[in-house]
Amino acid sequence: MKVLMKGNEVIGEAAVRAGCRAFFGYPITPQTELPEYLAHRMPEVGGFFLQAESELAAINMVYGAAGAGARVMTSSSGPGISLKAEGISYLAGAQLPCVIVNIMRGGPGLGGIQPSQADYFQATRGGGHGDYRVIVLAPASVQEMADLTAEAFELADRYRNPVMLLGDGILGQMMEAVEFKPRPAQNTTNKHWATTGRRGRSKNIINSLYLDPELLEKHNQKLQQKYSQIAGTESRAETYRTEDAAIIVVAFGTAARIARTAVDNARARGIRAGLIRPITLWPFPEPVIRESLGECRAVLTVEMNAGQMLDDVRLAVNGTRPVHFYGRMGGMVPSAAEVLRAIEKTGGMDHGHESCQA
Amino acid sequence: MVMNLVRPEALTEHNFHYCPGCTHGIIHRLVAETIDELGIIEDTIGVASVGCSVLAYNYFNVDMQQAAHGRAPAVATGIKRVLPDRVVFTYQGDGDLASIGCGEIVHAAARGENITVIFVNNACYGMTGGQMAPTTLRGQSTTTSPGGRDVMSQGYPIRVSEMLATLDGPAYIARTSVHDPKHVLKTKKAIHKAFTMQLQQRGFSMVEVLSTCPTNWRMQPVEALRWLKENMIAQYPLGEYKDMPGTRN
Repeated sequence: MKVLMKGNEVIGEAAVRAGCRAFFGYPITPQTELPEYLAHRMPEVGGFFLQAESELAAINMVYGAAGAGARVMTSSSGPGISLKAEGISYLAGAQLPCVIVNIMRGGPGLGGIQPSQADYFQATRGGGHGDYRVIVLAPASVQEMADLTAEAFELADRYRNPVMLLGDGILGQMMEAVEFKPRPAQNTTNKHWATTGRRGRSKNIINSLYLDPELLEKHNQKLQQKYSQIAGTESRAETYRTEDAAIIVVAFGTAARIARTAVDNARARGIRAGLIRPITLWPFPEPVIRESLGECRAVLTVEMNAGQMLDDVRLAVNGTRPVHFYGRMGGMVPSAAEVLRAIEKTGGMDHGHESCQA
Repeated sequence: MVMNLVRPEALTEHNFHYCPGCTHGIIHRLVAETIDELGIIEDTIGVASVGCSVLAYNYFNVDMQQAAHGRAPAVATGIKRVLPDRVVFTYQGDGDLASIGCGEIVHAAARGENITVIFVNNACYGMTGGQMAPTTLRGQSTTTSPGGRDVMSQGYPIRVSEMLATLDGPAYIARTSVHDPKHVLKTKKAIHKAFTMQLQQRGFSMVEVLSTCPTNWRMQPVEALRWLKENMIAQYPLGEYKDMPGTRN
């Protein structure tokens, strides 16, 4: 059955249905409806909601709860995610599963509260210290927020790794029809490593400290092996009208929805445009991009930032096609007409290296 | 005098890395004895912090988590909320708890989080080589207050126990010392009481233990014990600052 719900609240409900019973949050626009939803929803299902004194405390509470074997989540927006970066590094180092939600707003600094995609680097490059990776999922609809929230908990447990759900203020605030698909609602993974009290076993330690550099290198090699495995199996993207496309637009989240309209409008004008929408931002779906290039003569990346995913698209295309960029910043959202103009410009300028920044 | 030369079950066989004369070893033992006496070795989860006691996860023979600098009370909160029937304690130094982790300890105490905090105060940052901490005494020389702590530019020492005792959340707050056997026994009693409070669901409990750092104080161990007695206790008076009878709510 479909219900009409706000994106932020859908994440909360999907988390509950995925067996999450522990949430630590802190108010920040534009994600606050999520902690507010869970403040009343968690007690209904025997879980708990705790408003932490800071994002720093919240992410470290997540560390403790994840180490104790719980399915646990926290949420914030850019400025709060910066504070959580320390904890995310520790979570990755100690291999603790958890879900972190970032409903992005414009930056840098306090920035603004309007929707943005300016935390792409922060999400996909770590944000914290050390060689680590966080799986990053980018929904483009309220339905996908539900589906990917459930998926996020599965991936986190499967790989013992933090997973970030990266949305923006539009996705968090808008209402759409959503259906919560039935899933195994329980935390089914055997967390034999968790610190729950050493009943009938030797002690467990949750830790990211390795003072001996040989051991720390071994630990890093183990992490890198895991990241390679994730990169090899978990990258996902949606393709749209790319089969015969001469111009391929790459966009994620809200920008991808706008780009899709622009692609249809371009097709109506006889331009063979297509769209690739990365669903996992890390691992970045390089294989899908490479396999879709076919007849493509130029690539256009559209983002609500200064051009961040652009780097990953260029790495994926690897110089075989010119890669252009169109974006708006600071909470400004590109219109489908602007993106269409960028597509027309890209197609008409003999694939030079000129950027078509507004 | 009763001699007990048997290693508590709640300590592993790992050799301590602590400097000669450091009192961390005594305090570890007191916590371990308490865990043994209360029969909670299989129910206890400890949280090690950043500082000299960072490797405490190797020493306590219970499930352990290692926390980021200052965040142990938040980590302990996460564990306790998920596993309310287990016993959760943090073991933190004064740089960790009174400086970078000041927010976390205040709010864990304010929430009345049902955890036990062992707060080891040696008036300096030990692991990084004896820098000034919020607890460093007025005029005390450290590597970052080489002319002695000047309160006009470097501020005043923080009395954590007194500060937290003003909150409604804590059930038990005591400050003890380990500078002689009599005070070691008093410290043991306080730690035992703090863990018992947690078992009785009374809320937040903390024991601040005045401790020595002979290496960074540049003193012989016996001289360090004397310095603690003669200087630290005046700034940090011993006693029970909060002792709430009855259960919460």
